[in-house]
Amino acid sequence: MSDNGEILCLSEAVKQINFLRRHIMRIYLDNAATTRMSRASVDAMLPYMDAVYGNPSSLHSAGQAAAEALSGARRRIADCIGALPKEIIFTSGGSEADNQAIISAARIGQKKGRKHIVSTAFEHHAVLHTLQKLEKEGFEITLLDVHENGIVWPKQVADAIREDTCLVTVMYANNEIGTIQPIKAIGEICREKGVIFHTDAVQAAGHLSINVKEQNIDMLSLSAHKFHGPKGIGVLYVKEGIPLTPLIEGGAQEWGRRAGTENIPAIVGMAAALEEACTHREDNAKRLCALRDKLIAGLSQIPHAILNGDAADRLPGNVNFCFEGIEGESLLLLLDDKGICASSGSACTSGSLDPSHVLLAIGRAHDIAHGSLRLTLSEENTEEQIVYTVEAVKEVVAYLRSFSPIWRDLVSGRREFMIK
Amino acid sequence: MALYSEMVMDHFRNPRNTGVIENADGVGEVGNAKCGDIMKVYLKIEDDVIVDAKFETFGCGSAIASSSMATELIKGKPVSEALTLTNQAVVEALDGLPAHKIHCSVLAEEAIKKALEDYYEKRDNI
Repeated sequence: MSDNGEILCLSEAVKQINFLRRHIMRIYLDNAATTRMSRASVDAMLPYMDAVYGNPSSLHSAGQAAAEALSGARRRIADCIGALPKEIIFTSGGSEADNQAIISAARIGQKKGRKHIVSTAFEHHAVLHTLQKLEKEGFEITLLDVHENGIVWPKQVADAIREDTCLVTVMYANNEIGTIQPIKAIGEICREKGVIFHTDAVQAAGHLSINVKEQNIDMLSLSAHKFHGPKGIGVLYVKEGIPLTPLIEGGAQEWGRRAGTENIPAIVGMAAALEEACTHREDNAKRLCALRDKLIAGLSQIPHAILNGDAADRLPGNVNFCFEGIEGESLLLLLDDKGICASSGSACTSGSLDPSHVLLAIGRAHDIAHGSLRLTLSEENTEEQIVYTVEAVKEVVAYLRSFSPIWRDLVSGRREFMIK
Repeated sequence: MALYSEMVMDHFRNPRNTGVIENADGVGEVGNAKCGDIMKVYLKIEDDVIVDAKFETFGCGSAIASSSMATELIKGKPVSEALTLTNQAVVEALDGLPAHKIHCSVLAEEAIKKALEDYYEKRDNI
């Protein structure tokens, strides 16, 4: 073989290795974005795409078999969160559930002349954008400060509630920085004051304990693909007696609260995934917290790096850092080259001009927020992967800093470090 | 990632001309940290020819690739030719950029023009 041929073969081999690295020997650390479906969830779904394909609204036996699967899944999901089966409404996911919860509470309030809503500055956009829409309709929205540690205080909620408040909506755990909110105490305040309390539990479900009765929750949103279930399916829990405003008109499915033929395979898959997650929740949390803390300890060794969000009151699998002097998208691309899937709150990754509203809400300056990295673990990650990831992040951060004009200014003293 | 062309990824993964030129004949810095992009270009110019160009960039993948490509395009060129560099030429040389990343190529053009302005100012002051 000629030299040229060998070089060609070699470059092909390098390409192959890079491909394998990126696609097969992948370390997936973006479980807050979505998760791999569990075997139990996939297996549970399969028969409902094939053998049991009826429409649960049909009277014949094929339809009734599907209707049975539907009610079974509804009961199992209700059991997982301490609700009644009729309090479970299936939606297309977390965003729809958030939208419907907020719109419904607003319509109830509106009828009584109560047009004030309390929420926090770092909710998911499914909540914030719905609130903005209501604001244009004449609702007044109070967004509470979440402090540098990313946690709202129950007292703030108590102080913000007015005579005309119709809804308090506070997420259970934040999707970017993983901080856990004191929802039980907030729920108690809302009960005392007679205000509907909704919580977006999309990041919490399957990872933190949920009991809607004990935690005084009136409405709760969850999404299956965040706990190893399928995408495109979620739940809105709504306490008995609270009327919902349908967002989708049509048939009488979900007791007239959400029209459209039920996605039986996804619903069954979600029930299997949630049951599995709830059964192993404590063991998983213990293991994940250990990995998380190892990752946090490793990344803390990087100079001028800071953990975002409270170190203790955070989701078992969430790690979020800012690194001074670098930008998040380039960090993600280079980590991807090393086989690591991560996410960032930089403007370049959000498609907008501003970095993450969550990082801004906890007081991070724009410059710093651009250099953020979120790593979110699942039960599949190993200690070996964490060790590799720490080394990879250290290497990439140092490399990007090596030709960053900001870093040069920081090191030479022309610019002051924001992260000590 | 399929977000960028192979050429962008190549210039991002193996950026050409990173670094600093001490006592450069022209230096240009554009962008700001608040927006998430800063580019700094250093030029060594002899007899009105750009004999060396280096850059430092704080920014996303396309910002780094744009600086790399822009410095490649002007290296060895007379100043008069470098002055005609457009962001479109940078985009074309990179086999395209996503629409929301075109501003990165604009920054690269501006950084080079600012460094050339600096060169003229320094020269005229001697």
